[in-house]
Amino acid sequence: MKLETLKELNAERAARRPVIVVTDTSNGEQRLVKAKDIAADPLRAELSKQLRMGKSGNVEVGGKKLFLNVYAPTAKLVIIGAVHISQALAPLARSLDYDVTVVDPRTAFASPERFPDVPLVAEWPDVALPPLNIDHYTAFVAVTHDPKIDDPALMHAFDRDCFYIGALGSRKTHAKRGERLRALGAKDSDIARIHAPIGLDIGAVSPSEIAVAIMAEITAQLRLPPKENSKEKEEAA
Amino acid sequence: MLNRDEDILQAAETWQKEGHGVALATVVETWGSAPRPAGSSLVINDDGTFLGSVSGGCVEGAVVTEALDVIASGQPKMLEFGVADETAWNVGLSCGGTIRVFVEKVG
Repeated sequence: MKLETLKELNAERAARRPVIVVTDTSNGEQRLVKAKDIAADPLRAELSKQLRMGKSGNVEVGGKKLFLNVYAPTAKLVIIGAVHISQALAPLARSLDYDVTVVDPRTAFASPERFPDVPLVAEWPDVALPPLNIDHYTAFVAVTHDPKIDDPALMHAFDRDCFYIGALGSRKTHAKRGERLRALGAKDSDIARIHAPIGLDIGAVSPSEIAVAIMAEITAQLRLPPKENSKEKEEAA
Repeated sequence: MLNRDEDILQAAETWQKEGHGVALATVVETWGSAPRPAGSSLVINDDGTFLGSVSGGCVEGAVVTEALDVIASGQPKMLEFGVADETAWNVGLSCGGTIRVFVEKVG
């Protein structure tokens, strides 16, 4: 690997931008493809598939055997609300290798006794969220049921283009939330990005089951090709 | 991918800047119950110091030896370790899998 390639790779990784290193293993020829350049790349189908799966692998193109090494950032999960669902969701997400943070200004909820080993921020979203460097590789879940906390948090998630945004509440609750968010300056396209009611419809009843439904929906958003996602979005809307 | 082990690439850059010869070994293919997935890597410098893993400990010693050759020659190499392979018997990929490891010089 050329030093220039290594430097570029490390810079992209530090900035939490995905990259794929393409190596012809027969002769060591190598190039680095940044996520933003995939759409214009001759290998775009193979590259986008490997990136979506987060898996490195081999492809054969024009008689050449190429190794595609995928470097994708560690996904984060930010949970707004140190509630019962979050107590089940945080360890589940960690078992799936997410970096989890729980935010809730209510110190009675955001206590280490309730969330052993999970980073907790007992602050309002305007203070808690900016230092978390929320980005596209972040799943964002608002489950306090309290508009004073959830609404400003969701505005921040829109701004940071999180790959998944979900919010707890029935369709009726969500319709009201949409009105409030519009009043705060959210676009219709932002509001359409919220998965609500949150989680895949698996008939979840208990907080732990709801956590499973949420993680399943986040996984689908991360791994399925965009077409299948939009179908699912239409159904949820 | 949700991987956490790649500060070794930063180490590779640092070693290179310090004037070391550096090689990068990457698992490019696996069969059977290989312990580390494709994309796992190991960096080695000319002292024989290494970071990371390609097999969870089974074949690292052999990879480091080959990597020192690659640092000296500058020519990349493909290594294969598996239970059907005599070398693998010798170094012991005890898990029963087979892996191919691509070793290249950095710089």
